[in-house]
Amino acid sequence: MNLKLKIWRQKDPKTRGKFVNYQLRDISPDSSFLEMLDVLNEQLVSMNEEPVVFDDDCREGICGACGMYINGHPHGPDTLITVCQLHMRKFKDGDTIVIEPWRARAFPIIRDLMVDRSAFDLLIQEAGYVSINTGSAPDANSIPIKKKYADLSMDAAACIGCGACVAACKNASAMLFVGAKISHLTLLPQGEVEALERVSKMVTKMDELGFGSCTNTGACEAECPKGITLTNIARLNRQYYKATF
Amino acid sequence: MSSIFTSSIGKKLLMSLAGLFLVTFLLVHMGLNLLVIIFDDPMVYNKAAHIMSSNFLIKIFEIVLFGGLLLHVIYALILQVQNWIARPKRYNKANYANTSFFSKFMIHTAAIILVFLVIHFVDFYFKAKFGHAAEIHVDGVMYHDLASEIVDKFKMMPFVVFYIAAFIFLGFHLIHGFQSAFKTLGLDHKKYTPVIQVLAIIYTVVVVAGYSIIPVIVYFQ
Repeated sequence: MNLKLKIWRQKDPKTRGKFVNYQLRDISPDSSFLEMLDVLNEQLVSMNEEPVVFDDDCREGICGACGMYINGHPHGPDTLITVCQLHMRKFKDGDTIVIEPWRARAFPIIRDLMVDRSAFDLLIQEAGYVSINTGSAPDANSIPIKKKYADLSMDAAACIGCGACVAACKNASAMLFVGAKISHLTLLPQGEVEALERVSKMVTKMDELGFGSCTNTGACEAECPKGITLTNIARLNRQYYKATF
Repeated sequence: MSSIFTSSIGKKLLMSLAGLFLVTFLLVHMGLNLLVIIFDDPMVYNKAAHIMSSNFLIKIFEIVLFGGLLLHVIYALILQVQNWIARPKRYNKANYANTSFFSKFMIHTAAIILVFLVIHFVDFYFKAKFGHAAEIHVDGVMYHDLASEIVDKFKMMPFVVFYIAAFIFLGFHLIHGFQSAFKTLGLDHKKYTPVIQVLAIIYTVVVVAGYSIIPVIVYFQ
């Protein structure tokens, strides 16, 4: 495949970035998107140019590091996958591919396609945990949990914190991420104890970090690589009202 | 409790409650207006309008209504500005294909509705309120002849077109707003949300058709 890439290049957080065009030839349709970028970077290095900086880690679709905005979609034009699981056969020979970093005030650009997603870490640090006494491991199944709640909690726990929801949202809102964490922790008896305190703290922090608000557009749900649903946002709302009133 | 006025979810809650209140009001207002075309006698509408402007309870309701509208507008503006700030640099190639269509234009349709409201107030509300409309005395009671005001206005083509266009934009606003309000209230369910979405469409069609039919019928009568 021959491709034209239009990639956002930005030297550091303070410098103004710009798009740079690259031509790539003979890319295998079976290579992954990140492998295609690796090929580009090897070519750039061999020409003594700076390679394109992007985040990646597991390349198995489970870590959520490889976040980039490809042709108008977080993680590219396929559904329920991260960028590393996107393959070049999803594109046509001769296509122009526009690659941008996540754009949100809460996710400042570090360099090129790499953004600082510490805001998510700060949200988890704020209250996205369950306080327990340490000691020996409790017996399995010593606390019975209804299957329905175990399933809902597990579905929400699938969130990998990649930030695609923020990137997809027209308001750069983190409601799906926070909703997933609230569902994941609150639906289980261990997490229920701190439920109300958790939700107030996380929502306050979310606003403070500069994320937008939810207008129920559904873009986050559609772009989430792990299929986290909007019902988690409604649950977050309910929990918040419970904590506030 | 105070965080309801400051947090993003709190502001959305107030907006959705005010929005649903306005949704209810639209039905009441439409019901009254339809009296103009349902009954040949203009006094039916005039009497109904008289009750609406003189009843003590409804006067209180009127204040609540303006409060609700103001709340809806003010919080919408604050949230919109915050949402714009949340993404200072736009995407070069943004593709909001997965963003529900009408949700993208809420602020734009809202602006059109506000302009419409100003014109609508000048046309009718202020006339009724400050007594520029013709007076009719029946059994010693003075009624404003608002039915004739409506007929006079809607005999003019530009008014008919402008009002119907405004109703269509109102419909665009409602089709997202109606169902979004329920989600903001925390009501989202696999089974019931599709029902609410269908209700939103039915409600929108009824409101747009109900309001639009009045100028059309008056014009061709």
